[in-house]
Amino acid sequence: MSNVLILPIIIPLLTGMLMIFFRRHVRMQQWLIVISLLLTIGVSTFIIHRIFRQGIIVLDVGGWHAPYGISLVGDMLSALLVLIASIICLMCSLFAFGSTSNDHKVHFVYSYILLLLCGVNGSFLTGDIFNLFVFFEVMLISSYVLLALGGKKIQLRESIKYVIINVISSTLFVIAIAYLYSITGTLNMAHLSERVATIGQDGLLTTVSLLFLSVFALKSGLFLFFWLPGSYSAAPPAIAALFAALLTKVGIYAIIRTFTLIFYHQPEITHTIILCMAAITMILGALGAVSYWEIRKILAYNVIVAVGFILFGVGMRTFESLTGALFYLIHDMLAKALIFILGGAIISIFGSDKLRNFSGLLLFRPSLGWLYFIAALALAGVPPLSGFVGKVIILKGGITEGHLIMSVIGIVTSLLVLYSVIKIFIHSFWGETLLSEGDQKATGTSALLPGSILVTFIIAMGLGAEWVLTYVEQAAEVMTNPSIYIDAVFKQID
Amino acid sequence: METFITIIAGILFTVGTYLILNKNLLRIILGITLFSHATHLLLMAINGLKKGAAPLLGENAASYTDPVPQALILTSIVISFALTAFLLVLGYRTYVELGTDNMKQLRGNTHE
Repeated sequence: MSNVLILPIIIPLLTGMLMIFFRRHVRMQQWLIVISLLLTIGVSTFIIHRIFRQGIIVLDVGGWHAPYGISLVGDMLSALLVLIASIICLMCSLFAFGSTSNDHKVHFVYSYILLLLCGVNGSFLTGDIFNLFVFFEVMLISSYVLLALGGKKIQLRESIKYVIINVISSTLFVIAIAYLYSITGTLNMAHLSERVATIGQDGLLTTVSLLFLSVFALKSGLFLFFWLPGSYSAAPPAIAALFAALLTKVGIYAIIRTFTLIFYHQPEITHTIILCMAAITMILGALGAVSYWEIRKILAYNVIVAVGFILFGVGMRTFESLTGALFYLIHDMLAKALIFILGGAIISIFGSDKLRNFSGLLLFRPSLGWLYFIAALALAGVPPLSGFVGKVIILKGGITEGHLIMSVIGIVTSLLVLYSVIKIFIHSFWGETLLSEGDQKATGTSALLPGSILVTFIIAMGLGAEWVLTYVEQAAEVMTNPSIYIDAVFKQID
Repeated sequence: METFITIIAGILFTVGTYLILNKNLLRIILGITLFSHATHLLLMAINGLKKGAAPLLGENAASYTDPVPQALILTSIVISFALTAFLLVLGYRTYVELGTDNMKQLRGNTHE
């Protein structure tokens, strides 16, 4: 019955492969992608339900027991992220139906979206560190193709940089795995955690952990984010939404997993570094967000601010702050997908992303305008919406733990984030309209359906925070107490 | 022997880093391939070289060399092979479309 754990990986993989055969049948591909994503969402809801009732699910692939084979481990953290990733993937594909060109669609764009989801879900569910690398690569190779697909000049230019950066960080990942394997002699994460605990995390292991940190920081845009604004603003709108919501978050998940499960013995070194990097990330991201006048750049820098804020919660490593970080992570995935979808719609209506060039959209697209307004408030963390709860828990943890400067940075950057997204709202929706009555009435409408579904999720998550928190707290319990994870993985041997 | 191989890997990393910091796109790609060679060499050397027979049960040896790093290297080789192929084609397309292989001219932002 634990075989259910493979389904979120294998459904997108098989559907993506199947779609290669029906290249020209776009309508059929669209049906296939919706059906397979709905199936994935259904399966992951079932997995969450089962984990909530019966604890962590472990699947030993091929029947080889824990340290010898690859095990897929579904704890609450991974299951929640798998569910959210599948929902976001569905929303972005719905947006892609209307927003991408037909040329895009016949060149396997839906297959690559599904293969990207396969990589993301696999990274969340795997319990083996080399397998994590492989799923990272599955995800990254799909993202390279999605970024370059279309072959416009800016896409080619930015994807060259993106690919080079990511290939180098993958090389570093393999080196880090090699060092870790030579010290501990194992690759299974639960076994690694046990071995590191018995031999003690000495200087050598701390160095290796910092190598892991720099690899995941490159992937998630924590401090080493110089590649991110360029490549995220080159992608087509639907793809940019998918990237912003999923790719950096896999890096964050990897940091959470390695630094709560394996390298948690020297927090005064590793977690202090994470906190410092998070602080710098928040400051630089907020500065970038307020300084640009292009929608794409502003939104890309907002991704960076959120990464810093989540890792502020992770770096404090108390039960409360980890709960807040996970809640905020889930909220941020939904909110970033939403705001990139809406931003993409605004760009496609005006045909440009320069804020100074246009105004007065509210008259023609009131629904788009109000959806954007709610998304902006949610991003900043205004009370009835979902961004509020995570922020409050993290900041409360920051103040009680004595990280006052960090908390001040967190609050100030929230204000700057609010300013930067409201700036988009004021300049594009208010003022005298430059569009004529019938001016491209049809464009941008594909954002309304996924946009309103995501807004519903965000409002529901804000109002039903208590209910969501029961699930999130179960995940935080595993993060603060690694022995639950280890016992679950090695249960069959006893 | 392990020390020697590690030094070789270090030299490959140095040369690779130097090439990656170059302006010419093709040299950057060459640097990346050197990086992957160095990584695989390191992965091979790091758990001890030649500690026993080749990992084939037919050898009937008393001890075998650790087969895990070899499997890891094999996986990593095909991944980096795919990446290099993709990167080469991407570099070619960029050269055709943009007419340059100089990374300085690929920056694109006029006000930076």
